[in-house]
Amino acid sequence: MKRTVSTLGFAALAIVILMVAGRSRIFGVALEDKPTAQVKIDNFVFSPNPLTVPAGSTIRWTNQDDIPHNVVSDDKSFKSKVLDTDETFTYTFTKPGTYTYFCSIHPKMTGKVVVQ
Amino acid sequence: MAGKPKDEILHDHNHDGIDRRGFLKCMAWAGTGAFCVMQGGVLKSYSLSGLSGLNAKEMKGELSFVQISDSHMGFNKPANTDVAGTLKAAIDKINALPTAPGFILHTGDITHLSKPEEFDGVDQLLKGASAKDIFYVPGEHDVLGDDGKQYLERYGKNAKGAGWYSFDQKGVHFIGLVNVMNLKAGGLGSLGTEQLEWMEGDVKHLSKSTPVVVFAHIPLWSVYPAWGWGTDDSAQALSYLKKFGSVTVLNGHIHQTMQKVEGNVTFHTAASTAFPQPKPGSAPSPGPMKVPAEQLKSLLGIRDVNYVQGKHSLGVTDSTLE
Repeated sequence: MKRTVSTLGFAALAIVILMVAGRSRIFGVALEDKPTAQVKIDNFVFSPNPLTVPAGSTIRWTNQDDIPHNVVSDDKSFKSKVLDTDETFTYTFTKPGTYTYFCSIHPKMTGKVVVQ
Repeated sequence: MAGKPKDEILHDHNHDGIDRRGFLKCMAWAGTGAFCVMQGGVLKSYSLSGLSGLNAKEMKGELSFVQISDSHMGFNKPANTDVAGTLKAAIDKINALPTAPGFILHTGDITHLSKPEEFDGVDQLLKGASAKDIFYVPGEHDVLGDDGKQYLERYGKNAKGAGWYSFDQKGVHFIGLVNVMNLKAGGLGSLGTEQLEWMEGDVKHLSKSTPVVVFAHIPLWSVYPAWGWGTDDSAQALSYLKKFGSVTVLNGHIHQTMQKVEGNVTFHTAASTAFPQPKPGSAPSPGPMKVPAEQLKSLLGIRDVNYVQGKHSLGVTDSTLE
């Protein structure tokens, strides 16, 4: 019986750790951030645009075009690698503010994230 | 020449060397294959199908070269799943030209994703071309992820800055420009101050009778800014070329042939060897255009350019792969 209790306790702890890890980086291990909002890149357009999210949100961009794009903030505070078709980029916005970004390969493509 | 070709331009009312009806005709043929040449100050245009009626001397210049563009090696989406095959077809077309070209200009987007194996693939195929000298400028797809470092290592050994350079061939001055680096949010192609200053100095000491050919990836005129088909500071670059009697600008990027004449400058964009893109504004975006397989090669092509010393302008022939 005692053993069952400790197993359950360990399992509960593991679940808590996984839940926390899913939302942020802990224990020095970078885990894939779970997105809370999505931006799709389709027909050379970011949408939705602008996107308003609460602070702490993780946004995932997905390239749905046949042409590679990237996601680069105007002030270079974040920059994705080149995203080929179906590739994604995630970034977590911790501080409130307005973040403008663009595709540096096709600079006519611009977008904005408003963090509240 | 046996008899006058029926498509020759005969009227030159404004004495400006361009017959309006003939010029429009020349424009209309662009993309389906046209041969336009300035002879004795008169622009003459012929459909490619009528070329067999011309004698070889008229076709042949003292300097002949080919422009290819946008080979996008590595692209494998439905618009063309065999870009190596269509590049090979373009090279076969070059090798079949009646006059072997002196060299080849590749106006960028050599690769699709700047991968080493993509560059290697193009290099390997181009070894089979009759012309051995190949001059490149980068497209935005050739400088992905590394700000053009790999491109410069491969092709920019004698270039300045991000890869710009000039050279002379048989009295014609060629200038290769880079307008795909350091692009600004919301902007178009960009040459930048350093390159513009270099260009100003590069042409300063040339005589005004020197024919000048400028080649760069993104068009140096406003083709369709909403799709990014233009270069923010191209007017500055063109201002350095005002004194020259003959300026030919060769670009790629938009995967279709287009021409425009503005004063002393003739602008041309080239077809891709990989896939077509839609006409400006005719689709939701400039992405690759999927066409029925049997039509693909009729929308891809190469460009043959001839220069005859003493003649005003360069003769430009666009021909499709099929």
